[in-house]
Amino acid sequence: MIDPTTLERHGLKPDEYERIVSFLGREPNLTELGIFSVMWSEHCSYKSSRVHLKTLPTRGPQVLQGPGENAGAVDIGDGLAAVFKIESHNHPSFIEPYQGAATGVGGIIRDIFTMGARPIALLNSLRFGDLDAPGTKRLLEGVVAGIAGYGNSIGIPTVGGEIAFEPCYAGNPLVNVFCLGIAKHTDIIKGVASGVGNAVYYVGAKTGRDGIHGATMASAEFDEKSAEKRPAVQVGDPFMEKLLLEACLEVMQTDALVGIQDMGAAGLTCSTTEMGSRGGAGVDIDVTLVPQRETGMTPYEIMLSESQERMLLVAKRGHEAEVERIFEKWDLHAVQIGVVTDDGFLRVKEHGTVVAEIPNRALTDEAPVYQRPMEEPAYLHEAQHLDLDALRSARASRAEELLALLESPTIGSKHWVYRQYDHMVRAGTINLPGLGAGVVRVPGTDRALALSVDGNGRYCYLDPKRGAMLAVAEAARNVACAGARPLGATNCLNFGNPEKRPIMWQFAKAVEGIGEACRALGVPITGGNVSLYNETDGNAIYPTPIIGIVGLLEHADRVVARRFRGSGDALVLLGDSGGELGGSEYLRVVHGLVRGVPPAIDLDREKRLQDVLVALADGRLVRSAHDCSDGGLAVTLAECCFDTNGIGAEVEIDPVSAGSNQAIASAAALFGESASRVLVSVSPDDVTAVLRRAAAAGVSATMIGQTGGNRIRMAIAGSTVVDVAVDVAERRWSSAIARYFARQVA
Amino acid sequence: MTFAVITFPGSNCDQDAYRAAKDVLGQQAEYIWHKDTDLKGADVVILPGGFAHGDYLRCGAMARFSPVMKSVQEFAAKGGPVLGICNGFQVLLEAGLLPGAMLRNRSLKFQCEHVHIRVEQTDTPFTMACRVGQVLRVPIAHGEGNYFAEPDVIARLEANRQVVFRYSTPDGRITDEANANGSLANIAGLCNERRNVVGLMPHPERACESILGSQDGLVLFESVMKAVAHA
Repeated sequence: MIDPTTLERHGLKPDEYERIVSFLGREPNLTELGIFSVMWSEHCSYKSSRVHLKTLPTRGPQVLQGPGENAGAVDIGDGLAAVFKIESHNHPSFIEPYQGAATGVGGIIRDIFTMGARPIALLNSLRFGDLDAPGTKRLLEGVVAGIAGYGNSIGIPTVGGEIAFEPCYAGNPLVNVFCLGIAKHTDIIKGVASGVGNAVYYVGAKTGRDGIHGATMASAEFDEKSAEKRPAVQVGDPFMEKLLLEACLEVMQTDALVGIQDMGAAGLTCSTTEMGSRGGAGVDIDVTLVPQRETGMTPYEIMLSESQERMLLVAKRGHEAEVERIFEKWDLHAVQIGVVTDDGFLRVKEHGTVVAEIPNRALTDEAPVYQRPMEEPAYLHEAQHLDLDALRSARASRAEELLALLESPTIGSKHWVYRQYDHMVRAGTINLPGLGAGVVRVPGTDRALALSVDGNGRYCYLDPKRGAMLAVAEAARNVACAGARPLGATNCLNFGNPEKRPIMWQFAKAVEGIGEACRALGVPITGGNVSLYNETDGNAIYPTPIIGIVGLLEHADRVVARRFRGSGDALVLLGDSGGELGGSEYLRVVHGLVRGVPPAIDLDREKRLQDVLVALADGRLVRSAHDCSDGGLAVTLAECCFDTNGIGAEVEIDPVSAGSNQAIASAAALFGESASRVLVSVSPDDVTAVLRRAAAAGVSATMIGQTGGNRIRMAIAGSTVVDVAVDVAERRWSSAIARYFARQVA
Repeated sequence: MTFAVITFPGSNCDQDAYRAAKDVLGQQAEYIWHKDTDLKGADVVILPGGFAHGDYLRCGAMARFSPVMKSVQEFAAKGGPVLGICNGFQVLLEAGLLPGAMLRNRSLKFQCEHVHIRVEQTDTPFTMACRVGQVLRVPIAHGEGNYFAEPDVIARLEANRQVVFRYSTPDGRITDEANANGSLANIAGLCNERRNVVGLMPHPERACESILGSQDGLVLFESVMKAVAHA
């Protein structure tokens, strides 16, 4: 008999328990209860999010695999597919930053090679509290070291990503990791179990007591007791995963497999259930056959363990020896732990005696789905109100404001971070980190893929729908800036407790925005991950949808990067500046304000801009391209000057109407974050062609200046408002993160 | 000619070295699994970068016990050219084919970035197409590349002209600032006394195509092709 305390410990509600009893026609035993609790957890069942996720666009001629498998896949020509996905590891990373982040990387890599793809690139999107808040440096160091420790060792380059610092993430950092792999269309393999009597194999690390209830942990809020949950964080072994990766890819080259799936959240439970469910079959296993690294483990513990680096695979009858031989070569031992049945049940035995027997359907398709109530958050109306006339300029000059923005950790150089990641292994990285979207060659072809992950929690806090649209637009724009045509998207939705109405409202609005933007920009969602309950002591993070976009460059050597290439090039601004300051980095850094409405976005205009960028790159008409986002045009211009050995620039821009205060009006022109803008540098000979192409596409293009000299000079309507030496600005920008760690070394 | 690229469990730059030899330079290349002993008629052996056996215990410490290392030792003893890159260099140190040891970088962090190295010796099979003093721009990617040896060993290396590469400024000056990881005497690469076994921490195989930002690594491969052709 299950008592209410046991139920609560398993994160199950009384009505959910009644549902279980009615499915089984009896009371579950403890092992069965454990299995239900992880499969019906928010993390595995998507019970709060599913009704909303269903509205996302997931189809397109390029889509080979949409949501529902271990990862999505899009066609990239020549019979090849880009296989990719993003996933969160927020909760474990807060409890144990190194292992939490490392196992996040390990998990997403497994999702990719499970599909039959060779992983070729990693990215990550990270959020922390303010860098000078207690504990942030420790978290940042641990997370970065964990990502580096795993990715470097397994030999997959970390080619890009983004990091932002906001107080709301102090008690709940975000660690979202993205992986891209390449597979032949014909090699894509799925996580299915079928064929009665086929052998079910377990391969990889032995099962221990680590990570039991990780999925349930990720489905609850944090409080001061969370540190006690440390045993629920798994420990990673990148060497084991490297062996698994190579051995699995080798097995997949044979004709021996029916299906394969990694054991991630909810371990053996989730893999057996999902494989059986997808194949319309059942799976019988005996836990006594599962390799174990601790003694005396119960069936409950074995089924719920989240030990890392484990795979479950189903071999075709007659091919068992072939499978075993390949794993032996890599000193791995594939062990048969069960068989495929045709009755649709997950049946768990211990020494032959049945200890759990549950219809797969009850665990997957029939898991609870909630249409949770929602309402507009009370803060919203007040927070959206921004009175520019009430602002007083906080710094003496716009130049000082620019320097303050450049050295803020969110905008400043991330060199301190990406220097720790091996971003060149596999010898395919053609846009190094910090130069825009990450770009990697497609081995064996002339093509390349550009990748970007983006999100802006502050925008989403102020308007979740518009903020989410802006995130999709920015990720796609970054890919287009590199010269690549955006093909597909993956999303990682980080939100607070969905049982609170305002949080659910934020979630629903953000999904609406993602759907609208993805439809308009032609980038279907092929998969992703939802991370809810990102709250500590009742305080939620900003709603933070992170969008990962993959784009295709037909010719790798036509790739475009952020930095200027030489003096004397013309500077052309694509798009219109409206001087919008709502939710801007400028307001936060210079005025300490998170207020206003985020910039407007016209998706049709955005699409035309991206099309032009791809065409200009393909025609080799631009020498550099960089989008205007955090910190507006002034920060974009400065960043284009950096990493160039000091190439300067001089521009003249139009005034914008923003309040009656002259200083604020010029700040709006410099630092306003109006969307759909890109600064390109163009050889003087090509200016006419660039302007003509833009005009033909209905994209506004203005020549605003040229590169040259060693200063960053910006004038508004004839009067100079910024004039700083590139090396001075670059020093401030370069030290943005490093300076917080300098004292420790000295 | 044929390049043999050794694959240890945990090697992760074996494919990059293979591709440089085969696709960029148009030579034959063969992977040799660490449990095999047949070098398949190789003219050159490359021990690639990575984390052989997870680098557990100590970088390169377990790899020296792999069966293939006996064949590599024999190949080297006959004067065959052997190149250890990054983790491959660490394996050569552990196997005693080169003297010294690696400590953690003085930054105490993994570092991945382009650095400059100056070619000190051109009478090795991997530098014979270089000029003395030539500066190469090549990437490093390691956490433990801080070269250490006892003072008498360093003195012997210098006396025998066994220091092949040093970390330098772009214009070839040997300064502490240019020392990427704190290595003694800015040592980035070494050879044995017979000069046929060379190890270095930077990755020349990642610098063989202009699209990757540098082609300066090509000269090591071109050198050994010349050396083998003249042998």
